[in-house]
Amino acid sequence: MFARFVYESFRRQKRRKVLAAAAITLGVTVATAMIAVATDIGDKINRELRSIGANLVVTPQEDSLDVEIGGVNLKPPSDGAFLNEADLPKIKDIFWGNNITGFAPMLPVTVTVGSDKNLQATLVGTYFAKHIALGNEDFVTGVRSTHPWWKVAGAWPEDGSANVLIGERLAIRCGVKTGDQIVVTGSQDPTSRANGAREMGYPLRVSGILSTGGEEDDQVVAPLSVAQGLLGRPSAVRRVYVSALTKPEDAFARRDPKSMSGAVYDRWYCTPYPQAIALQLTEVIPHSQAEQIRQVSQNEGAVLTRIEGLIFLITLAALAASALAVSAAMATTIFERRAEVGLMKALGAGKVAVASVFFAEALLLGLLGGAIGFGAGALLARQIGRSIFNSQISIQPVLLPVILAIAVMVTFAGSAAAIRRAVGLDPVFALRGEL
Amino acid sequence: MNAAPSNAARDLAASRAQAPHTSMLLRMLVRAAVLRRGRALSALFAMVVAAAVATAMLNLYVDVQAKLRREFRNYGANIILVGKGGAFLPAEALSQVDLILAGHGIAAPFALVVARTSSGQPIVVAGAEFERVRQLDRWWQVSGWPPEIPTLAAQNAARMGHPESQQVLVGVRALAAVAPKNQPFDLSFQGKTIRVTPAGTVQTGAAEDSRIYLSLADFEAWTGVQPETIEVSANGSPEEVGAIMNQLAQSIPAADVRPVRQIMEGEARVLGKTRATLLAAAALIILTAALCVLSTLMGWVFDRRRDFAIMKALGASGRLLNGFFAAEAAALGATGAVIGFVIGIGIAAWIGRVNFHAPVVPRFSVLPVVLAGSMVVTLLSAILPISLLRRVQPAVILRGD
Repeated sequence: MFARFVYESFRRQKRRKVLAAAAITLGVTVATAMIAVATDIGDKINRELRSIGANLVVTPQEDSLDVEIGGVNLKPPSDGAFLNEADLPKIKDIFWGNNITGFAPMLPVTVTVGSDKNLQATLVGTYFAKHIALGNEDFVTGVRSTHPWWKVAGAWPEDGSANVLIGERLAIRCGVKTGDQIVVTGSQDPTSRANGAREMGYPLRVSGILSTGGEEDDQVVAPLSVAQGLLGRPSAVRRVYVSALTKPEDAFARRDPKSMSGAVYDRWYCTPYPQAIALQLTEVIPHSQAEQIRQVSQNEGAVLTRIEGLIFLITLAALAASALAVSAAMATTIFERRAEVGLMKALGAGKVAVASVFFAEALLLGLLGGAIGFGAGALLARQIGRSIFNSQISIQPVLLPVILAIAVMVTFAGSAAAIRRAVGLDPVFALRGEL
Repeated sequence: MNAAPSNAARDLAASRAQAPHTSMLLRMLVRAAVLRRGRALSALFAMVVAAAVATAMLNLYVDVQAKLRREFRNYGANIILVGKGGAFLPAEALSQVDLILAGHGIAAPFALVVARTSSGQPIVVAGAEFERVRQLDRWWQVSGWPPEIPTLAAQNAARMGHPESQQVLVGVRALAAVAPKNQPFDLSFQGKTIRVTPAGTVQTGAAEDSRIYLSLADFEAWTGVQPETIEVSANGSPEEVGAIMNQLAQSIPAADVRPVRQIMEGEARVLGKTRATLLAAAALIILTAALCVLSTLMGWVFDRRRDFAIMKALGASGRLLNGFFAAEAAALGATGAVIGFVIGIGIAAWIGRVNFHAPVVPRFSVLPVVLAGSMVVTLLSAILPISLLRRVQPAVILRGD
């Protein structure tokens, strides 16, 4: 009898039920979309923050002191230690390898551009968009992903070619245009000559003019192999910039890992703190030292926390607004059915019977609206992700029961006041329509 | 409706006889709101909540850029002044920069030379004003800033025959190379030697780690080299920063004014995405709130179909009925919008305090938008049921079908 009652109520009052279900669906859609966005926003903004540049740098452990002013390193280029290029793919093998969005090796060499002996500049060898095979996965990395603010008028050089980029200020000084040939001469340092460095001119083609707003504007940026050839040290790398998605540093992150006990150390090691990733980098690259670039990594945390906090608070507002919309719709539907309540009560239904009919309907509506709303919300979140961040925002299917439970609870809460009023109705007045 | 005591009814009749005819509409509006207090209040409540949410979202949307920009200023300089052709900047350049910034930012001059240690090792020594650097480059991890005035130890050292013993800030890498035991050491530049004492170390993970920082006054006295770089962190929108750059270039012609693209572009990108997300969220929330108001109000108006039918049966014209319900809706919308605006400003201020530790400035320019939006929604929710009811005979409604 009870089931039939509810079934008939759905069959006969299609318009009202559709309206109520639509309100619940809309509310759940907005709530789902906002929850999806809020859970994913940290990761998305973290990726956007990577556009400010690498947050970690790996240098040789035994490195001598850099003597660098205005992007020109006055230290003899053969001086100091180097990292081995062959070790670089291991960067993706660390525990948090998936959080490494890119890396770029750097090898600066002091060179003479053209025949003018006084025109000394730094040539930096690096990866532009190097393909690195990792198992069966192809990982593309280089300055194009780690230094996204670099702008090139012309074409980016291919890795391994003899094409280079020339900084805009240096280009003006040398009077070089895109497509020109330049001849660079490596250092005349005796040790590098002994290693077979090319002391003859090295002809390079300028494939584009580089503008960075930084010291690279006075430099030549070449494929890594060109710099290694000039230096006479195949597979040498001076430093590696690593761009990693990290968790904002907290007090736990700053603790000294050496003083931690086993379980605590594991927890520290398995959290993507900049310090933990730096430690893992030194583990895979022999004789290296990894450090966070504090300008980038320290401020990231603050920006990330603020944006996450903001979206979290707004999600609360969205949840409140959708709860309100659902309860308003439920209240209206129940209020419109006073006469029905009066009839039920006149026929001898108790308060419990009336209330349970309404709650059963609310449950069904909540489940139906919740399920449709979850799907629609997931689509909406995906659309938001695609149009704003050019990447997917996906909602965990695990959240479906949670969302359904919230939907039913909100529907119940929204109906409760109206149902209480409905069961308290005097059937006589209700039937006469005087309330 | 006939619950009023009879003498009150008589008074009412008396006052009605004298009252001008135009007040009828007003009385109907007031009585409708007072007699169905519960329903009217719930409609008003929905309106207030919607207006509050809309106000808070719009306020945040307008203000969040400024708030986040402040966070981004912790990234340090976004403009760099360099002497043209490697020359020194004029001595008055810093005061001119300060004048142009007028408190909306901070500038710090830097001078660099390559000096040698007593073992002949070259090392970069920089002159800087520590107080400014401290504000500009907040990410520097410094174990102890050198005092602006010489300490007692330094004064003693001066008396002991080391007149130039100065406190310096040493990069962590430089410290390992020149003073592993934190001991005083010598630096020489063009034949002039000074003795310096490490006051603390600086760690940044970048070039600063390999340098030694000396206070600018001491640096100039020692080397005779003046700053060739001023790093400027200017607050404001990209347009404002661009204007500051133009002003700087005009008033200091000897300097090359360059934007720090790395910081500026990253900032623009993150802010743009955040704003877009916020806009999407605001649109969704405002839409939900508006629909909530729409359904509540439509229910309210629909509920009063008997009033409507009686008025129609008594001979009210279609125009009067429309006017009555529209006026009622407009009054509700306006009241709700104003109350909601005040609450919304409160919510925005609270979010600002909790999340950004700074108040969100109330934007009164939002009020007309919220007011107009509320009116549109309420009028819509009044007009829709009325146009439905108008087609129905009053007798049908009064019979309760």
